[in-house]
Amino acid sequence: MSALAPKFKLSEFIKSLLDNAFWMVLLVSLIGLPIIQIILFYIEMPVIDGELLTPFLAMTWLADPTRTLPIVKAFMATDMFRVMAFPGFGFAALIAAATIFVERKMLAKLQLRVGPFYCGKIEGILQLMGDGLKLISKEIIIPAKADKPIFWAAPVIFVATAAAFVALIPVAPGWVVADVDLGLLGVFAVIGFFPIITILSAWSANSKFPFIGGIRALFQMVSFEIPLILSLLGVVILTGTLNLSEIAASQSSFPWIIFLPVGAIVFFITMLAELERIPFDLPEAESEIVAGWLTEFSGMMYGLVQLGTYLKLYAFAGLFVVLFLGGWNGPMVVPPFPEELLTGVEMGPLTVGPFPGLPLFDQEMLNGTLWFVLKTVGVIFFILLPRGVFPRIRIDMLLSLGWTKLIGLAFVNIFIALGLLYAGVLGPGGLQ
Amino acid sequence: MTMTDIMPPGLALKKVDERIMTLNVGPQHPGSGHMRIVVQIDGDYIVACDPDPGYVHRGEEKMAEYRNYITNVPHLERPVIHDSCNVLYPYVLGAEEILGIEVPERAKYVRVICSELNRCIYTMYWLAIYGIFLGHSTMFMWPAGDRELLIDLMEKVSGARVTHAHFIPGGVRNDLPANFEDVCLRQVNYFEKRIKEYAAVFYDNPILISRTQDTGVLSRENAIRYGTTGSVLRASGVDYDLRVKAPYDVYDELDVHTNVMKEGDSYARSKVPWLDMMESCNIIRQALQKMPKSGSVRTKLKPNPKTKGPATVYKRVESGRGSLGCYIVSDGKTEPYRVKMSVPSFRNLLAMPNLLIGEKLGNMPSVYWSLNYWPVEADR
Repeated sequence: MSALAPKFKLSEFIKSLLDNAFWMVLLVSLIGLPIIQIILFYIEMPVIDGELLTPFLAMTWLADPTRTLPIVKAFMATDMFRVMAFPGFGFAALIAAATIFVERKMLAKLQLRVGPFYCGKIEGILQLMGDGLKLISKEIIIPAKADKPIFWAAPVIFVATAAAFVALIPVAPGWVVADVDLGLLGVFAVIGFFPIITILSAWSANSKFPFIGGIRALFQMVSFEIPLILSLLGVVILTGTLNLSEIAASQSSFPWIIFLPVGAIVFFITMLAELERIPFDLPEAESEIVAGWLTEFSGMMYGLVQLGTYLKLYAFAGLFVVLFLGGWNGPMVVPPFPEELLTGVEMGPLTVGPFPGLPLFDQEMLNGTLWFVLKTVGVIFFILLPRGVFPRIRIDMLLSLGWTKLIGLAFVNIFIALGLLYAGVLGPGGLQ
Repeated sequence: MTMTDIMPPGLALKKVDERIMTLNVGPQHPGSGHMRIVVQIDGDYIVACDPDPGYVHRGEEKMAEYRNYITNVPHLERPVIHDSCNVLYPYVLGAEEILGIEVPERAKYVRVICSELNRCIYTMYWLAIYGIFLGHSTMFMWPAGDRELLIDLMEKVSGARVTHAHFIPGGVRNDLPANFEDVCLRQVNYFEKRIKEYAAVFYDNPILISRTQDTGVLSRENAIRYGTTGSVLRASGVDYDLRVKAPYDVYDELDVHTNVMKEGDSYARSKVPWLDMMESCNIIRQALQKMPKSGSVRTKLKPNPKTKGPATVYKRVESGRGSLGCYIVSDGKTEPYRVKMSVPSFRNLLAMPNLLIGEKLGNMPSVYWSLNYWPVEADR
């Protein structure tokens, strides 16, 4: 009998452990193993030294350090790694999380506040994690009259669409999840999904404020999609391709923003509107319509929508970098990989290495990623900045801005591009 | 009388056009304050607006009938705790006249200083909410932070940060602390420098100007007809300020400038209180200069003062929201027979339905809050 747990009995504890173990074995053998089998059937495992890498083979090889790196490298060449980790979801989610933290700290400094401070010792760096835990642990409340299947599905579809958008952005030469020839068309298609999801979630909540917010979002996104698409035509005219990787590669000498500043400005403003950032956050205007189309979302459903919003923000910033700021192109600053590690380093009597499988990433890829991230962070900074300076604008001002001024400027941009093309200054492939 | 006539607004079973949607803005809405606004919209246009105050009614006037003239002081300031000196001012003036109490000269100056400091504190709070109603989060944080300067000053004077209960019949509760003049002058100068910086981020902001100009226009004639007061009246071009037109205490010895704008729109109504804050800083500096450096600040009272016989008095002052009156009826006992507060908030609210009809829904928060309306004061 201890003071901490007065009702503790060893026999009952062991019995409960055995109980749990029984259920675990049962669940794993009945549900877990079939699922793993199904997943393994669909995932294409890499082939190393002529042998298909099965999970069993991987575990035996991991015991040998010289064979670990090739396994890791082979895994990084798979589609799964690209979708889930590096140019895909994981990388984007990391940048999105950093964006939220930087936004809160920067806005706080602008407004003479401290911002997140206590959570995580260093300047509240774990605040986002705390917020996430809070959202996960909160109860999800669904309005009684909501159209439940659509209402449940809307946040998930929103995140999925944002992730699909992320998949189209090339980060470094050869490092893109979906390297499709009609990449820019794919971007337009993905952007076209967002208003549909918004109006579906707003309408299915069966509440007045989300409905008004959804209608506003629909107005805003549809009317700003046209200047968005038109502003990108200039780049397409000059490069002669819709493939985003080729567009980025065509800017090895200079970025397109030098020749098409009007298009870049129009794209930046429409980007703010598509992202519902201040001053265009009418669909979430809290003093008019509570939280707009997000009003009825609670708990992790709201968290998912926020995640999707920030993924979308990263994807738009990345698109701006790829189209106008030269993508991954930049001076080579990453040092070359030390050759000794490939042949083996002699340290007195010992010879360390050689390490087969090194280098994990080549120099171009690291340099390209570095420049892409630097430029993207800069663009994100400029997207966040208006929040501290501007009030919200009104729906009629927004629509007149989109339909008259921005479309006109987008046409001006197209004429500039056509002029440059026909004057022979620039052409498909860029001025080399 | 039909059923629909006696139902509360918003619950009325009126048959409306199918295009029209009824929105209950409040009381649990981030853009309503402690009240409800029933808005009917056709598309994005407001076709009917029915403000429904009364959610924070606390019976302050009835409570005043059960307490004597001194113990009424702490609870009569509760309607607007951010403007507590000004809310108490007319009651104190009336009680002094009805009880026949003389006030020392220094106490009058201290009252003017506290009153102007409180006007700034209230206006900064109001401005912060006006900023966040327009989606401008910096304009929420800056005034909310800068009003701490003046709150600290008032804490030095009275000991409390918001509900000061500093004005009492016969003067003020305590004398100013040592070295107050220097600290006050320094803080007020810095405060004035800070609020001038708001022009760059808020009042000269092109989006703000295009959003609030020519919205909710209240003409000069209508402003007078609806009985609006204070900054709303001055923004419509009427030069009316009780500190100039009917000076009380020592305002007649000070040089008070009135800020008047002619537009009468939401932008003008939001700008006049900001200009008034700078004028308040001027008044505080003058009062600090002219104030007698020493002397009593309180006339000694009997424990339960009462009037000689039946008497009535009506006193009014210019508060942060406009002309605030207090009508006291005495029947010769130690408690007042009736205390009636005539508050500016309720009169400014009366203009709201007419201003909002025909406006867009997006203009509702800016027009509503530009009326310089404090829901708790309207309910008392």
